[in-house]
Amino acid sequence: MYKIVVAEFLAENIKRFVIEAPKIAAKRKAGQFVIIRLNEGGERIPLTIADSETANGTITIIVQGIGKTTKELNSLNAGDSILDVVGPLGKPSHIEKFGTAVSIGGGVGTAIAYPTAVALKQAGNHTISIIGGRTKDLVILEKELKQVCDEVYPTTDDGSYGFHGFVTQKLKELIDKGTKIDFVLAIGPIPMMKAVADTTRPYGIKTVVSLNPVMVDGTGMCGGCRATVDNKTVFVCVDGPEFDAHLVDFATLERRNRTYKEKEKESLHDYMCHFEKAFEDNLITSK
Amino acid sequence: MPEISKKDRMKIPRQSMPEQDSIERSKNFKEVNLGFTEELAKMEALRCLQCPKPVCIAGCPVEVKIKDFISLVAEGDFLGAAAKIKEDNMLPAVCGRVCPQEEQCEAKCVVGNKGESVAIGRLERFVADFEREHVGLRNPEIKSKTGKKVAIIGSGPSGLSCAGDLIQLGHDVTVFEALHELGGVLVYGIPEFRLPKDIVKAEIDSLKKLGVDFQTNAVIGFTDTIDELMENGYDAVFIAVGAGLPYFLNIEGENLNGVYSSNEFLTRVNLMKAYKFPEYDTPVFNVKDKTVAVFGGGNTAMDAVRTSKRLGAKNAYIVYRRSDVELPARKEEIHHAKQEGIEFLLLANPNKFIGDKDGWLTGVELIKMELGEPDASGRRKPVPIKDSNYILDIDMAVIAIGNGSNPIIQQTTPELQFSKWGNIIVNQETMATSKKGVFAGGDIVTGGATVILAMGAGRKAAKAINEYLTIN
Repeated sequence: MYKIVVAEFLAENIKRFVIEAPKIAAKRKAGQFVIIRLNEGGERIPLTIADSETANGTITIIVQGIGKTTKELNSLNAGDSILDVVGPLGKPSHIEKFGTAVSIGGGVGTAIAYPTAVALKQAGNHTISIIGGRTKDLVILEKELKQVCDEVYPTTDDGSYGFHGFVTQKLKELIDKGTKIDFVLAIGPIPMMKAVADTTRPYGIKTVVSLNPVMVDGTGMCGGCRATVDNKTVFVCVDGPEFDAHLVDFATLERRNRTYKEKEKESLHDYMCHFEKAFEDNLITSK
Repeated sequence: MPEISKKDRMKIPRQSMPEQDSIERSKNFKEVNLGFTEELAKMEALRCLQCPKPVCIAGCPVEVKIKDFISLVAEGDFLGAAAKIKEDNMLPAVCGRVCPQEEQCEAKCVVGNKGESVAIGRLERFVADFEREHVGLRNPEIKSKTGKKVAIIGSGPSGLSCAGDLIQLGHDVTVFEALHELGGVLVYGIPEFRLPKDIVKAEIDSLKKLGVDFQTNAVIGFTDTIDELMENGYDAVFIAVGAGLPYFLNIEGENLNGVYSSNEFLTRVNLMKAYKFPEYDTPVFNVKDKTVAVFGGGNTAMDAVRTSKRLGAKNAYIVYRRSDVELPARKEEIHHAKQEGIEFLLLANPNKFIGDKDGWLTGVELIKMELGEPDASGRRKPVPIKDSNYILDIDMAVIAIGNGSNPIIQQTTPELQFSKWGNIIVNQETMATSKKGVFAGGDIVTGGATVILAMGAGRKAAKAINEYLTIN
């Protein structure tokens, strides 16, 4: 069992967890992930490690409640435990001194990009962060990134905060302004990562994305996470999760991620019904 | 053993094992074989000629004292028989179910020269089940503690058998498992209907009682490297991580939705219990009233196709490029599959998968094959028949053509020597690798093979590790 020591919402539906996992904390590098299983009947899902503290033996994960498992996870609080946490898995981010490095995070992707932004800064890069959200409340980790990066640009789709527009528009603006960009890391929803790849391609800027396919074991055993990169099949868990954005077949990734859409709906529906019922029962008993 | 002439022994027919009705069982995940009764077991044991030089033992990779345990069965001393088997094999209930006895001990059995060989596997299974059901598993004595520590990587058959031997020799043993559950391929790969998970659990529990320490969620290479294990006080390491990187066909359309590796399909169903969705959270493609094709002809292919039938598939095909004589699966599995309504498309090979506009699998283009000259494996090589291609409409495909080597140990242990296929190179006698104090065995050395071969390698390594620890 892995104990949750901190659990706090960063935005609606996006929760930050600090979990006791000393071995993983001591080992993890930027870009790596863990697989968690909440309870006996639970599924195994991959989550990127956002941060760690070796001294306390803790890792941080940031979770957006979308399906049953992430919503159930986000219902947990400090003091609760997670049955299985395994890692660190996957290859660490490739970090070097590129010159000027831009890390782009969309929504909860900002949490996944955060550790790599830190590592890029530590490697001596001039580090720029563009962090996007649909609306102001969904822009996360701005304060944390400002402590690390040389420049931080929040963007919102609705203009409620920061730059009014998509992260790619901000990126294009920087390029057009003459900022010499040597490296881009983009993590977020698939359409966003694809749009970033399309933005940097004409300029030949090295661009890396972290892929988020469905996984089971996370150690190369099942092949469920396979993606097409450079017209070849890769296993994201052991060959990635980071790949050259200009070579990734995003359409296949997006399509494969829809495999269990119906089942996921059913599972979530069941969960929400139980949840509401438990909530009502609770109200009745507390009366 | 009861007095009975050799001639009379030879007259007793091989006893058949009761099994679940084929129609009934194709709809459930309960075990197919039901096991011998006490009477059937005693009768079968009487068929053993008690040869002065029992050749059957040479057919067993772990050299179970077959003659002796069968003699005890014939006398009705089933617990004595169980103890006798356990001198050499700590997982008899597993081996009695999944070993290919017909190619091993039973292939050597003298009785089989004229008629049908003694059903050694069924007797082993009976004895192990009898002990577990009547008195619970009992453990052999442990030698006094040596103070030496061994790390075993992987809790599959090879790791478990190595752990069983080393703990009895007085060493401290820790088994590291990457998944959340112990047993390796015995739990994620082999389905419940062929090997109930409770039986695997009971045999692992008995190793725990002997003092073996098990750590789940430990991916050696990432969680700890082999060097770190040795720095942290382990005197020797045994790598038994299995094959564990599925091969694909490398044909067009393989990444369509609805195409699985056998590892993924079976892991979802067996380990993650997707057949109980949504009670369990892990989903699997809904095959109810759909058509499924499994590519490959080995035991894993049979497991996958029979699993899909149990999940409600209307049509379930095996597609295999050679003919039925070359099918590598056990005869019993093929027979069971046919009884359950599995259709075999033999001498057929997939050219490409076909999908709809949303990327879902809708069919596969197959080409008919004929057998040509023998190839390097000694089997006649399948050759495509020109212009014989046709489309088979399918909703789900499972690729069961074997496994390559998992790269994690290789990537994180530079001093180990690997073959070009990623298998660890070892001394065949001692299972020692190129790195001092590190041994390896099972599928990571041989490539995908059988449970008992992996167990044999585990025992061989245990012996060599014991010798190594005595000297060092």
